[in-house]
Amino acid sequence: MTEPSNKARISRRYFLTRLASSACGVALLGTGLLIYSRQASSLPAMALRPPGALPEADFLGACVRCGLCVRDCPYDTLKLARLGEDVATGTPYFTARHIPCEMCEDIPCVVACPTGALEKSLTDIDDSRMGLAVLVDQETCLNFLGLRCDVCFRVCPLINKAITLEPRHNPRTGKHTLFIPVVHSDACTGCGKCEKACVLPEAAIKVFPQRMAKGQAAEHYRLGWEEKQKAGGSLVSPDKEHQYTLPEGYRYDYEGQGLIKEEINKGTPFADNPLDTLSRPQQERGQ
Amino acid sequence: MNSVTRPGAEAVASKGWLAANKWLLLRRMTQFGVLLLFLSGPWLGVWIIKGNIASSLTLDVLPLSDPFVLMQSLFAGHWPETSVLIGAAIILVFYFLVGGRVYCGWICPVNVITDAAAWLRLRLGIKTGARIPRQSRYWILGMTFVIAALTGGLVWELVNPVTMLYRGLIFGMGMVWWLVLALFLFDLLVSPRGWCSHLCPMGAFYSLLALYTPVRVSAVSREQCNDCMDCYAICPEPQVIPPALKGADKGVGPRITGINCTNCARCIDVCSKDVFKFTIRYDKRTDSYKKLDQSEVMP
Repeated sequence: MTEPSNKARISRRYFLTRLASSACGVALLGTGLLIYSRQASSLPAMALRPPGALPEADFLGACVRCGLCVRDCPYDTLKLARLGEDVATGTPYFTARHIPCEMCEDIPCVVACPTGALEKSLTDIDDSRMGLAVLVDQETCLNFLGLRCDVCFRVCPLINKAITLEPRHNPRTGKHTLFIPVVHSDACTGCGKCEKACVLPEAAIKVFPQRMAKGQAAEHYRLGWEEKQKAGGSLVSPDKEHQYTLPEGYRYDYEGQGLIKEEINKGTPFADNPLDTLSRPQQERGQ
Repeated sequence: MNSVTRPGAEAVASKGWLAANKWLLLRRMTQFGVLLLFLSGPWLGVWIIKGNIASSLTLDVLPLSDPFVLMQSLFAGHWPETSVLIGAAIILVFYFLVGGRVYCGWICPVNVITDAAAWLRLRLGIKTGARIPRQSRYWILGMTFVIAALTGGLVWELVNPVTMLYRGLIFGMGMVWWLVLALFLFDLLVSPRGWCSHLCPMGAFYSLLALYTPVRVSAVSREQCNDCMDCYAICPEPQVIPPALKGADKGVGPRITGINCTNCARCIDVCSKDVFKFTIRYDKRTDSYKKLDQSEVMP
Protein backbone atom coordinates (compact mmCIF):
# COMPACT_ATOMS: atom_id res chain seq x y z
CA MET A 1 0.00 0.00 0.00
CA THR A 2 1.20 3.48 -0.82
CA GLU A 3 0.93 6.47 1.42
CA PRO A 4 -2.01 8.66 0.46
CA SER A 5 -0.83 11.85 -1.17
CA ASN A 6 -1.04 15.13 0.70
CA LYS A 7 -3.89 16.25 -1.51
CA ALA A 8 -5.89 13.14 -0.77
CA ARG A 9 -5.41 13.55 2.98
CA ILE A 10 -6.61 17.14 2.93
CA SER A 11 -9.67 16.26 0.91
CA ARG A 12 -10.47 13.43 3.26
CA ARG A 13 -10.23 15.76 6.21
CA TYR A 14 -12.31 18.27 4.28
CA PHE A 15 -14.84 15.58 3.47
CA LEU A 16 -15.14 14.38 7.07
CA THR A 17 -15.41 17.91 8.42
CA ARG A 18 -18.13 18.75 5.97
CA LEU A 19 -19.91 15.54 6.86
CA ALA A 20 -19.69 16.27 10.58
CA SER A 21 -20.81 19.87 10.16
CA SER A 22 -23.83 18.84 8.12
CA ALA A 23 -24.75 16.13 10.58
CA CYS A 24 -24.39 18.40 13.60
CA GLY A 25 -26.27 21.26 11.97
CA VAL A 26 -29.14 19.01 11.06
CA ALA A 27 -29.10 17.35 14.49
CA LEU A 28 -29.39 20.81 16.06
CA LEU A 29 -32.31 21.64 13.79
CA GLY A 30 -33.90 18.29 14.61
CA THR A 31 -33.57 18.85 18.35
CA GLY A 32 -35.21 22.25 18.05
CA LEU A 33 -38.01 20.70 16.02
CA LEU A 34 -38.46 17.95 18.56
CA ILE A 35 -38.89 20.45 21.38
CA TYR A 36 -41.19 22.61 19.28
CA SER A 37 -43.29 19.61 18.31
CA ARG A 38 -43.88 18.75 21.96
CA GLN A 39 -45.48 22.13 22.50
CA ALA A 40 -47.16 22.38 19.15
CA SER A 41 -48.89 19.03 19.50
CA SER A 42 -50.62 19.74 22.79
CA LEU A 43 -54.26 20.21 21.95
CA PRO A 44 -56.12 22.95 23.83
CA ALA A 45 -59.18 21.77 25.74
CA MET A 46 -61.65 23.75 23.66
CA ALA A 47 -60.44 22.28 20.34
CA LEU A 48 -62.34 19.12 19.43
CA ARG A 49 -61.31 16.69 16.71
CA PRO A 50 -63.80 15.57 14.03
CA PRO A 51 -65.82 12.39 14.62
CA GLY A 52 -63.89 9.16 14.29
CA ALA A 53 -60.53 10.83 14.94
CA LEU A 54 -57.83 8.47 16.17
CA PRO A 55 -56.46 9.09 19.67
CA GLU A 56 -54.58 12.39 19.54
CA ALA A 57 -51.04 10.94 19.40
CA ASP A 58 -51.97 8.59 16.54
CA PHE A 59 -53.98 11.29 14.84
CA LEU A 60 -50.94 13.55 14.58
CA GLY A 61 -49.09 10.77 12.76
CA ALA A 62 -51.95 9.91 10.46
CA CYS A 63 -53.49 13.23 9.40
CA VAL A 64 -51.79 14.77 6.35
CA ARG A 65 -53.52 18.12 6.90
CA CYS A 66 -55.26 18.08 3.51
CA GLY A 67 -58.55 19.62 4.64
CA LEU A 68 -60.82 17.24 2.72
CA CYS A 69 -62.88 16.68 5.89
CA VAL A 70 -63.27 20.44 6.21
CA ARG A 71 -64.49 20.71 2.63
CA ASP A 72 -67.09 18.00 3.01
CA CYS A 73 -68.49 19.31 6.30
CA PRO A 74 -71.88 20.74 5.28
CA TYR A 75 -72.15 23.01 8.32
CA ASP A 76 -68.70 24.62 8.19
CA THR A 77 -68.09 23.15 11.60
CA LEU A 78 -64.57 21.96 10.90
CA LYS A 79 -61.63 24.27 10.40
CA LEU A 80 -57.97 23.71 9.62
CA ALA A 81 -55.73 25.20 12.26
CA ARG A 82 -53.88 28.19 10.86
CA LEU A 83 -50.27 28.91 11.59
CA GLY A 84 -50.09 30.72 14.93
CA GLU A 85 -53.18 29.05 16.40
CA ASP A 86 -52.84 26.77 19.41
CA VAL A 87 -53.77 23.64 17.48
CA ALA A 88 -51.06 21.75 15.51
CA THR A 89 -50.97 23.71 12.25
CA GLY A 90 -53.10 22.37 9.43
CA THR A 91 -55.01 19.82 11.49
CA PRO A 92 -58.83 19.87 11.54
CA TYR A 93 -60.76 20.82 14.66
CA PHE A 94 -63.93 22.54 15.78
CA THR A 95 -64.99 24.69 18.68
CA ALA A 96 -68.31 23.61 20.16
CA ARG A 97 -69.34 27.06 21.35
CA HIS A 98 -68.68 28.45 17.85
CA ILE A 99 -70.17 25.81 15.53
CA PRO A 100 -70.92 22.39 17.03
CA CYS A 101 -71.02 19.11 15.12
CA GLU A 102 -74.44 18.51 13.62
CA MET A 103 -73.89 14.74 13.66
CA CYS A 104 -74.70 13.99 9.99
CA GLU A 105 -75.93 10.44 9.56
CA ASP A 106 -73.62 9.79 6.58
CA ILE A 107 -70.62 11.32 8.40
CA PRO A 108 -69.16 13.02 5.27
CA CYS A 109 -65.96 14.12 7.02
CA VAL A 110 -65.02 10.55 7.83
CA VAL A 111 -65.88 9.44 4.29
CA ALA A 112 -63.67 12.21 2.87
CA CYS A 113 -60.59 11.39 4.95
CA PRO A 114 -58.03 9.77 2.62
CA THR A 115 -55.67 8.53 5.32
CA GLY A 116 -57.81 6.93 7.99
CA ALA A 117 -56.93 9.60 10.55
CA LEU A 118 -60.71 9.65 10.86
CA GLU A 119 -61.54 6.02 11.22
CA LYS A 120 -63.68 4.51 8.47
CA SER A 121 -65.01 1.98 10.96
CA LEU A 122 -67.21 4.72 12.41
CA THR A 123 -70.49 4.28 10.54
CA ASP A 124 -72.98 5.26 13.22
CA ILE A 125 -72.47 8.85 14.32
CA ASP A 126 -73.97 8.01 17.72
CA ASP A 127 -70.86 5.91 18.34
CA SER A 128 -68.51 8.85 17.88
CA ARG A 129 -66.68 10.27 20.87
CA MET A 130 -65.45 13.74 19.95
CA GLY A 131 -65.40 14.72 23.58
CA LEU A 132 -67.61 14.60 26.62
CA ALA A 133 -70.01 17.27 27.85
CA VAL A 134 -69.46 18.31 31.44
CA LEU A 135 -71.71 20.59 33.44
CA VAL A 136 -68.74 22.52 34.71
CA ASP A 137 -70.45 25.34 36.55
CA GLN A 138 -73.12 24.32 39.04
CA GLU A 139 -73.15 27.81 40.48
CA THR A 140 -74.49 29.53 37.37
CA CYS A 141 -76.40 26.73 35.62
CA LEU A 142 -80.03 27.86 35.70
CA ASN A 143 -81.34 24.37 36.36
CA PHE A 144 -79.11 24.10 39.39
CA LEU A 145 -80.64 27.35 40.59
CA GLY A 146 -84.05 25.73 40.39
CA LEU A 147 -85.17 27.28 37.09
CA ARG A 148 -86.49 25.24 34.21
CA CYS A 149 -84.00 26.22 31.50
CA ASP A 150 -83.46 22.68 30.22
CA VAL A 151 -81.98 24.01 26.95
CA CYS A 152 -78.98 21.67 26.94
CA PHE A 153 -81.30 18.77 27.54
CA ARG A 154 -83.66 19.85 24.77
CA VAL A 155 -81.02 20.40 22.05
CA CYS A 156 -79.16 17.18 22.76
CA PRO A 157 -79.40 14.94 19.67
CA LEU A 158 -79.53 12.01 22.09
CA ILE A 159 -82.11 13.59 24.37
CA ASN A 160 -82.80 11.59 27.52
CA LYS A 161 -79.84 9.33 26.78
CA ALA A 162 -76.76 11.55 26.71
CA ILE A 163 -78.33 14.15 28.99
CA THR A 164 -81.10 13.31 31.45
CA LEU A 165 -82.85 15.57 33.92
CA GLU A 166 -82.61 14.10 37.41
CA PRO A 167 -85.10 15.37 39.98
CA ARG A 168 -83.55 16.53 43.23
CA HIS A 169 -84.99 18.23 46.25
CA ASN A 170 -84.65 22.00 46.20
CA PRO A 171 -83.43 22.80 49.72
CA ARG A 172 -83.72 26.56 49.16
CA THR A 173 -87.50 26.64 48.75
CA GLY A 174 -88.10 23.38 50.55
CA LYS A 175 -90.98 22.48 48.31
CA HIS A 176 -89.67 22.53 44.69
CA THR A 177 -87.70 20.20 42.52
CA LEU A 178 -84.35 20.86 40.89
CA PHE A 179 -84.08 19.24 37.47
CA ILE A 180 -80.40 18.53 37.30
CA PRO A 181 -78.93 17.90 33.83
CA VAL A 182 -76.75 14.82 34.06
CA VAL A 183 -74.45 13.79 31.20
CA HIS A 184 -73.98 10.09 30.56
CA SER A 185 -70.63 9.15 29.08
CA ASP A 186 -71.98 5.95 27.53
CA ALA A 187 -74.15 8.00 25.16
CA CYS A 188 -72.63 11.51 24.86
CA THR A 189 -70.80 11.96 21.53
CA GLY A 190 -69.30 15.33 22.40
CA CYS A 191 -71.02 17.05 19.50
CA GLY A 192 -71.16 20.25 21.49
CA LYS A 193 -74.73 21.27 20.77
CA CYS A 194 -75.40 21.69 24.48
CA GLU A 195 -72.42 23.99 24.90
CA LYS A 196 -73.46 25.99 21.86
CA ALA A 197 -77.05 26.31 23.12
CA CYS A 198 -76.33 27.17 26.76
CA VAL A 199 -78.13 30.45 27.35
CA LEU A 200 -75.51 31.91 29.67
CA PRO A 201 -72.98 34.39 28.28
CA GLU A 202 -70.34 31.81 29.19
CA ALA A 203 -71.56 28.25 28.86
CA ALA A 204 -72.06 26.33 32.12
CA ILE A 205 -71.91 23.06 30.20
CA LYS A 206 -68.79 22.51 28.13
CA VAL A 207 -67.43 19.73 25.97
CA PHE A 208 -63.97 18.59 26.94
CA PRO A 209 -61.72 15.96 25.40
CA GLN A 210 -62.44 12.58 26.99
CA ARG A 211 -59.08 12.52 28.76
CA MET A 212 -60.00 15.68 30.66
CA ALA A 213 -63.66 14.98 31.26
CA LYS A 214 -63.54 11.45 32.53
CA GLY A 215 -62.27 9.94 35.72
CA GLN A 216 -61.26 6.33 35.95
CA ALA A 217 -61.85 3.89 38.77
CA ALA A 218 -58.89 1.86 39.95
CA GLU A 219 -58.46 -1.46 38.18
CA HIS A 220 -59.10 -3.49 41.30
CA TYR A 221 -62.11 -1.49 42.38
CA ARG A 222 -65.41 -3.40 42.53
CA LEU A 223 -68.87 -2.12 43.34
CA GLY A 224 -70.28 -4.54 45.88
CA TRP A 225 -73.90 -4.22 44.84
CA GLU A 226 -73.06 -4.83 41.19
CA GLU A 227 -70.93 -7.85 42.01
CA LYS A 228 -73.74 -9.18 44.13
CA GLN A 229 -76.19 -8.78 41.29
CA LYS A 230 -73.78 -10.46 38.82
CA ALA A 231 -73.26 -13.38 41.15
CA GLY A 232 -76.99 -13.64 41.73
CA GLY A 233 -76.52 -13.50 45.46
CA SER A 234 -74.28 -12.40 48.23
CA LEU A 235 -70.61 -13.15 47.84
CA VAL A 236 -70.26 -13.10 51.60
CA SER A 237 -72.08 -15.93 53.27
CA PRO A 238 -74.24 -15.81 55.11
CA ASP A 239 -75.67 -12.55 53.76
CA LYS A 240 -76.36 -10.93 57.03
CA GLU A 241 -79.18 -8.44 57.17
CA HIS A 242 -77.89 -5.11 58.31
CA GLN A 243 -79.21 -4.10 61.66
CA TYR A 244 -80.16 -0.48 62.00
CA THR A 245 -80.72 1.22 65.24
CA LEU A 246 -83.82 3.17 64.37
CA PRO A 247 -86.34 5.10 66.41
CA GLU A 248 -89.64 3.45 66.91
CA GLY A 249 -91.99 3.74 64.02
CA TYR A 250 -89.20 3.86 61.41
CA ARG A 251 -87.89 1.19 59.08
CA TYR A 252 -85.12 1.17 56.52
CA ASP A 253 -85.69 0.12 52.91
CA TYR A 254 -82.32 -1.27 51.87
CA GLU A 255 -82.52 -0.90 48.06
CA GLY A 256 -85.08 1.81 47.71
CA GLN A 257 -86.30 4.81 49.56
CA GLY A 258 -84.06 4.59 52.56
CA LEU A 259 -85.51 5.77 55.84
CA ILE A 260 -89.29 5.38 56.01
CA LYS A 261 -91.63 6.46 58.71
CA GLU A 262 -94.09 3.70 59.36
CA GLU A 263 -97.61 4.90 58.82
CA ILE A 264 -99.45 4.34 62.04
CA ASN A 265 -102.69 5.68 60.78
CA LYS A 266 -103.30 3.82 57.49
CA GLY A 267 -106.14 6.17 56.56
CA THR A 268 -105.92 9.63 55.09
CA PRO A 269 -104.07 12.14 57.23
CA PHE A 270 -106.85 14.60 56.62
CA ALA A 271 -109.89 14.59 58.81
CA ASP A 272 -113.30 14.90 57.29
CA ASN A 273 -113.56 18.32 58.76
CA PRO A 274 -110.64 20.44 57.48
CA LEU A 275 -110.80 22.57 60.61
CA ASP A 276 -109.74 19.51 62.64
CA THR A 277 -106.64 19.15 60.54
CA LEU A 278 -105.74 22.81 60.89
CA SER A 279 -106.22 22.82 64.60
CA ARG A 280 -103.85 19.85 65.09
CA PRO A 281 -100.40 20.72 66.54
CA GLN A 282 -97.92 21.63 63.80
CA GLN A 283 -95.56 18.63 64.24
CA GLU A 284 -98.40 16.25 63.60
CA ARG A 285 -99.40 18.02 60.43
CA GLY A 286 -95.89 17.76 58.95
CA GLN A 287 -95.25 14.63 56.92
CA MET B 1 -20.54 42.70 -15.97
CA ASN B 2 -23.99 43.14 -17.32
CA SER B 3 -24.88 39.47 -17.69
CA VAL B 4 -24.31 38.85 -14.00
CA THR B 5 -26.99 41.32 -12.96
CA ARG B 6 -29.24 40.79 -15.95
CA PRO B 7 -28.90 37.28 -17.28
CA GLY B 8 -30.93 36.83 -20.45
CA ALA B 9 -30.47 40.42 -21.68
CA GLU B 10 -28.65 39.11 -24.71
CA ALA B 11 -31.37 36.55 -25.37
CA VAL B 12 -34.05 39.23 -25.15
CA ALA B 13 -32.12 41.29 -27.68
CA SER B 14 -31.69 38.43 -30.12
CA LYS B 15 -34.91 36.41 -29.64
CA GLY B 16 -37.36 38.98 -28.36
CA TRP B 17 -38.78 39.30 -24.84
CA LEU B 18 -41.49 36.70 -25.22
CA ALA B 19 -39.19 34.00 -26.57
CA ALA B 20 -36.61 34.78 -23.92
CA ASN B 21 -39.18 34.32 -21.17
CA LYS B 22 -41.32 31.59 -22.70
CA TRP B 23 -40.59 28.84 -20.21
CA LEU B 24 -40.71 31.19 -17.25
CA LEU B 25 -44.18 32.34 -18.32
CA LEU B 26 -45.34 28.77 -18.86
CA ARG B 27 -44.04 27.84 -15.45
CA ARG B 28 -45.75 30.72 -13.69
CA MET B 29 -48.96 29.95 -15.56
CA THR B 30 -48.76 26.34 -14.40
CA GLN B 31 -48.03 27.32 -10.79
CA PHE B 32 -50.85 29.84 -10.60
CA GLY B 33 -53.15 27.77 -12.82
CA VAL B 34 -52.97 24.75 -10.53
CA LEU B 35 -53.45 27.01 -7.52
CA LEU B 36 -56.53 28.51 -9.17
CA LEU B 37 -57.96 25.01 -9.70
CA PHE B 38 -57.70 24.62 -5.93
CA LEU B 39 -59.08 28.10 -5.26
CA SER B 40 -62.06 28.00 -7.61
CA GLY B 41 -63.92 25.98 -4.99
CA PRO B 42 -63.56 28.25 -1.98
CA TRP B 43 -63.68 31.42 -4.08
CA LEU B 44 -66.34 30.68 -6.70
CA GLY B 45 -68.02 27.55 -5.44
CA VAL B 46 -66.80 25.61 -8.47
CA TRP B 47 -65.11 22.58 -6.98
CA ILE B 48 -62.41 21.26 -9.30
CA ILE B 49 -59.72 20.20 -6.85
CA LYS B 50 -60.58 19.82 -3.17
CA GLY B 51 -57.99 19.77 -0.44
CA ASN B 52 -54.45 21.02 -0.88
CA ILE B 53 -51.15 19.68 -2.21
CA ALA B 54 -50.69 17.39 0.77
CA SER B 55 -53.67 15.40 -0.46
CA SER B 56 -56.51 16.27 -2.79
CA LEU B 57 -59.48 14.99 -4.70
CA THR B 58 -59.98 16.15 -8.29
CA LEU B 59 -63.53 16.27 -9.64
CA ASP B 60 -64.56 13.97 -6.79
CA VAL B 61 -62.79 10.98 -8.35
CA LEU B 62 -59.04 11.38 -8.73
CA PRO B 63 -57.06 11.22 -5.48
CA LEU B 64 -53.62 12.84 -5.52
CA SER B 65 -51.34 12.81 -2.51
CA ASP B 66 -47.90 14.06 -1.72
CA PRO B 67 -45.57 11.08 -1.31
CA PHE B 68 -43.18 13.01 0.97
CA VAL B 69 -45.92 13.82 3.46
CA LEU B 70 -47.19 10.25 3.20
CA MET B 71 -43.67 8.91 3.87
CA GLN B 72 -43.56 10.92 7.10
CA SER B 73 -46.87 9.38 8.08
CA LEU B 74 -45.54 5.90 7.33
CA PHE B 75 -42.42 6.56 9.42
CA ALA B 76 -44.71 7.85 12.18
CA GLY B 77 -46.19 4.36 12.22
CA HIS B 78 -49.55 4.88 10.57
CA TRP B 79 -50.67 2.56 7.79
CA PRO B 80 -53.10 4.66 5.76
CA GLU B 81 -56.24 3.99 3.76
CA THR B 82 -55.79 2.99 0.12
CA SER B 83 -57.04 6.33 -1.18
CA VAL B 84 -53.93 8.23 -0.10
CA LEU B 85 -51.67 5.38 -1.26
CA ILE B 86 -53.17 5.46 -4.75
CA GLY B 87 -52.88 9.25 -4.80
CA ALA B 88 -49.22 9.11 -3.82
CA ALA B 89 -48.50 6.36 -6.38
CA ILE B 90 -49.96 8.50 -9.18
CA ILE B 91 -47.81 11.45 -8.12
CA LEU B 92 -44.69 9.27 -7.90
CA VAL B 93 -45.20 7.91 -11.41
CA PHE B 94 -45.96 11.37 -12.78
CA TYR B 95 -42.80 12.97 -11.40
CA PHE B 96 -40.74 9.95 -12.33
CA LEU B 97 -41.79 10.59 -15.93
CA VAL B 98 -41.51 14.38 -16.12
CA GLY B 99 -38.58 14.88 -13.73
CA GLY B 100 -38.73 14.72 -9.95
CA ARG B 101 -38.07 18.34 -9.16
CA VAL B 102 -40.49 19.52 -11.81
CA TYR B 103 -42.59 19.71 -8.66
CA CYS B 104 -40.28 22.44 -7.38
CA GLY B 105 -40.14 24.46 -10.57
CA TRP B 106 -43.66 24.07 -11.85
CA ILE B 107 -45.97 23.55 -8.85
CA CYS B 108 -44.37 24.62 -5.57
CA PRO B 109 -45.46 28.10 -4.46
CA VAL B 110 -42.25 28.69 -2.51
CA ASN B 111 -40.40 28.65 -5.84
CA VAL B 112 -42.06 31.96 -6.75
CA ILE B 113 -40.75 33.52 -3.55
CA THR B 114 -37.21 32.19 -3.81
CA ASP B 115 -37.02 33.00 -7.54
CA ALA B 116 -38.02 36.55 -6.66
CA ALA B 117 -35.32 36.68 -3.99
CA ALA B 118 -32.73 35.33 -6.44
CA TRP B 119 -33.80 37.87 -9.06
CA LEU B 120 -33.49 40.74 -6.59
CA ARG B 121 -30.11 39.43 -5.42
CA LEU B 122 -28.81 39.58 -8.97
CA ARG B 123 -30.27 43.03 -9.56
CA LEU B 124 -28.85 44.44 -6.36
CA GLY B 125 -25.56 42.64 -6.92
CA ILE B 126 -25.57 41.10 -3.44
CA LYS B 127 -22.58 38.81 -3.27
CA THR B 128 -22.37 37.99 0.41
CA GLY B 129 -24.14 35.17 2.12
CA ALA B 130 -23.64 31.95 4.01
CA ARG B 131 -22.70 28.94 1.97
CA ILE B 132 -24.65 25.92 3.04
CA PRO B 133 -23.62 22.53 1.65
CA ARG B 134 -26.05 21.41 -1.03
CA GLN B 135 -26.14 17.98 0.57
CA SER B 136 -27.75 19.45 3.70
CA ARG B 137 -31.19 18.85 2.22
CA TYR B 138 -30.59 15.10 2.19
CA TRP B 139 -29.59 15.18 5.84
CA ILE B 140 -32.71 17.16 6.61
CA LEU B 141 -34.75 14.70 4.56
CA GLY B 142 -33.40 11.87 6.69
CA MET B 143 -34.01 13.91 9.83
CA THR B 144 -37.68 14.47 8.96
CA PHE B 145 -38.19 10.72 8.76
CA VAL B 146 -36.19 9.97 11.92
CA ILE B 147 -38.10 12.60 13.87
CA ALA B 148 -41.43 11.27 12.57
CA ALA B 149 -40.46 7.80 13.77
CA LEU B 150 -39.30 9.14 17.14
CA THR B 151 -42.39 11.20 17.88
CA GLY B 152 -45.04 9.29 15.93
CA GLY B 153 -46.18 12.58 14.42
CA LEU B 154 -45.72 14.54 11.21
CA VAL B 155 -43.31 16.96 12.84
CA TRP B 156 -41.90 18.46 9.63
CA GLU B 157 -45.42 19.48 8.65
CA LEU B 158 -45.38 21.84 11.63
CA VAL B 159 -42.73 23.90 9.84
CA ASN B 160 -42.82 22.80 6.19
CA PRO B 161 -43.18 26.11 4.31
CA VAL B 162 -44.26 24.38 1.10
CA THR B 163 -47.38 22.67 2.41
CA MET B 164 -48.04 25.49 4.87
CA LEU B 165 -48.05 28.15 2.16
CA TYR B 166 -50.24 26.11 -0.16
CA ARG B 167 -52.65 25.24 2.63
CA GLY B 168 -52.61 28.83 3.80
CA LEU B 169 -53.52 30.19 0.38
CA ILE B 170 -56.52 27.88 0.22
CA PHE B 171 -57.62 27.59 3.85
CA GLY B 172 -56.39 30.81 5.42
CA MET B 173 -52.90 32.17 5.87
CA GLY B 174 -52.71 32.92 9.59
CA MET B 175 -49.08 33.79 10.22
CA VAL B 176 -47.82 32.22 6.99
CA TRP B 177 -47.14 35.65 5.45
CA TRP B 178 -44.42 36.13 8.04
CA LEU B 179 -42.95 32.80 7.00
CA VAL B 180 -43.04 33.93 3.37
CA LEU B 181 -41.24 37.13 4.29
CA ALA B 182 -38.68 35.21 6.34
CA LEU B 183 -37.98 32.82 3.45
CA PHE B 184 -37.63 35.71 1.02
CA LEU B 185 -35.20 37.56 3.27
CA PHE B 186 -33.30 34.36 4.01
CA ASP B 187 -32.73 33.72 0.31
CA LEU B 188 -32.05 37.39 -0.40
CA LEU B 189 -29.63 38.17 2.40
CA VAL B 190 -28.62 35.11 4.38
CA SER B 191 -27.95 32.41 1.85
CA PRO B 192 -28.26 32.62 -1.95
CA ARG B 193 -30.82 30.08 -3.20
CA GLY B 194 -30.63 28.90 0.39
CA TRP B 195 -33.98 27.25 0.85
CA CYS B 196 -34.86 25.49 -2.39
CA SER B 197 -31.36 24.51 -3.47
CA HIS B 198 -29.78 23.67 -0.14
CA LEU B 199 -32.24 22.95 2.66
CA CYS B 200 -35.68 21.90 1.48
CA PRO B 201 -36.19 18.18 2.18
CA MET B 202 -39.23 18.12 -0.07
CA GLY B 203 -37.08 19.06 -3.06
CA ALA B 204 -34.52 16.50 -1.92
CA PHE B 205 -37.22 13.85 -1.85
CA TYR B 206 -38.46 14.68 -5.34
CA SER B 207 -34.89 14.82 -6.67
CA LEU B 208 -34.57 11.10 -5.92
CA LEU B 209 -37.33 10.44 -8.45
CA ALA B 210 -35.23 12.02 -11.20
CA LEU B 211 -32.56 9.33 -11.44
CA TYR B 212 -34.07 7.84 -14.60
CA THR B 213 -36.38 10.64 -15.63
CA PRO B 214 -36.97 10.64 -19.39
CA VAL B 215 -37.69 14.37 -19.80
CA ARG B 216 -34.47 16.33 -19.49
CA VAL B 217 -32.91 19.54 -20.70
CA SER B 218 -29.98 18.86 -22.98
CA ALA B 219 -27.20 21.13 -24.24
CA VAL B 220 -27.75 19.80 -27.73
CA SER B 221 -25.98 22.70 -29.43
CA ARG B 222 -23.22 23.05 -26.90
CA GLU B 223 -20.63 23.82 -29.57
CA GLN B 224 -22.55 27.09 -30.07
CA CYS B 225 -21.91 28.17 -26.46
CA ASN B 226 -20.22 31.58 -26.25
CA ASP B 227 -19.44 31.31 -22.52
CA CYS B 228 -21.69 34.22 -21.60
CA MET B 229 -22.43 32.48 -18.26
CA ASP B 230 -26.07 33.54 -18.29
CA CYS B 231 -27.29 29.98 -17.73
CA TYR B 232 -25.04 29.61 -14.67
CA ALA B 233 -26.26 32.90 -13.29
CA ILE B 234 -29.94 32.09 -13.67
CA CYS B 235 -29.85 28.38 -12.77
CA PRO B 236 -30.98 27.50 -9.23
CA GLU B 237 -28.78 24.41 -9.36
CA PRO B 238 -25.83 25.52 -11.50
CA GLN B 239 -23.75 22.48 -10.56
CA VAL B 240 -25.81 20.40 -13.00
CA ILE B 241 -24.76 22.43 -16.05
CA PRO B 242 -20.99 21.89 -16.54
CA PRO B 243 -21.07 18.14 -17.30
CA ALA B 244 -23.74 18.69 -19.91
CA LEU B 245 -22.39 21.89 -21.41
CA LYS B 246 -18.62 21.36 -21.09
CA GLY B 247 -18.32 17.60 -20.96
CA ALA B 248 -17.71 17.06 -24.67
CA ASP B 249 -14.00 16.33 -24.12
CA LYS B 250 -14.78 13.63 -21.57
CA GLY B 251 -17.58 12.22 -23.66
CA VAL B 252 -20.14 13.41 -21.12
CA GLY B 253 -23.52 14.97 -21.84
CA PRO B 254 -25.05 16.82 -23.52
CA ARG B 255 -28.06 15.81 -21.45
CA ILE B 256 -28.35 17.29 -17.98
CA THR B 257 -28.38 14.31 -15.65
CA GLY B 258 -28.05 15.99 -12.26
CA ILE B 259 -31.06 14.92 -10.25
CA ASN B 260 -31.49 18.39 -8.80
CA CYS B 261 -32.25 19.97 -12.16
CA THR B 262 -35.81 21.21 -11.78
CA ASN B 263 -36.53 21.27 -15.52
CA CYS B 264 -37.39 24.92 -15.01
CA ALA B 265 -35.88 25.59 -18.45
CA ARG B 266 -34.65 29.06 -17.58
CA CYS B 267 -31.39 28.07 -19.25
CA ILE B 268 -33.31 27.57 -22.49
CA ASP B 269 -34.88 31.00 -22.07
CA VAL B 270 -31.76 33.00 -21.29
CA CYS B 271 -29.46 31.40 -23.88
CA SER B 272 -29.09 33.66 -26.90
CA LYS B 273 -27.43 30.82 -28.84
CA ASP B 274 -30.23 28.28 -28.28
CA VAL B 275 -27.79 25.76 -26.83
CA PHE B 276 -30.41 24.05 -24.63
CA LYS B 277 -33.50 22.11 -25.57
CA PHE B 278 -35.91 19.70 -23.89
CA THR B 279 -35.21 16.12 -24.91
CA ILE B 280 -36.59 12.71 -24.17
CA ARG B 281 -33.89 10.60 -22.64
CA TYR B 282 -34.45 7.34 -24.47
CA ASP B 283 -35.31 8.98 -27.78
CA LYS B 284 -32.24 8.47 -29.99
CA ARG B 285 -33.29 11.21 -32.39
CA THR B 286 -33.03 13.98 -29.81
CA ASP B 287 -30.75 12.52 -27.22
CA SER B 288 -27.29 12.03 -28.65
CA TYR B 289 -25.31 11.35 -25.51
CA LYS B 290 -22.40 8.94 -25.57
CA LYS B 291 -21.99 7.71 -22.07
CA LEU B 292 -23.94 8.11 -18.87
CA ASP B 293 -21.94 10.14 -16.42
CA GLN B 294 -22.42 8.38 -13.11
CA SER B 295 -20.46 10.98 -11.16
CA GLU B 296 -23.15 13.53 -11.84
CA VAL B 297 -26.05 11.29 -11.07
CA MET B 298 -25.69 11.84 -7.37
CA PRO B 299 -25.76 15.47 -6.31
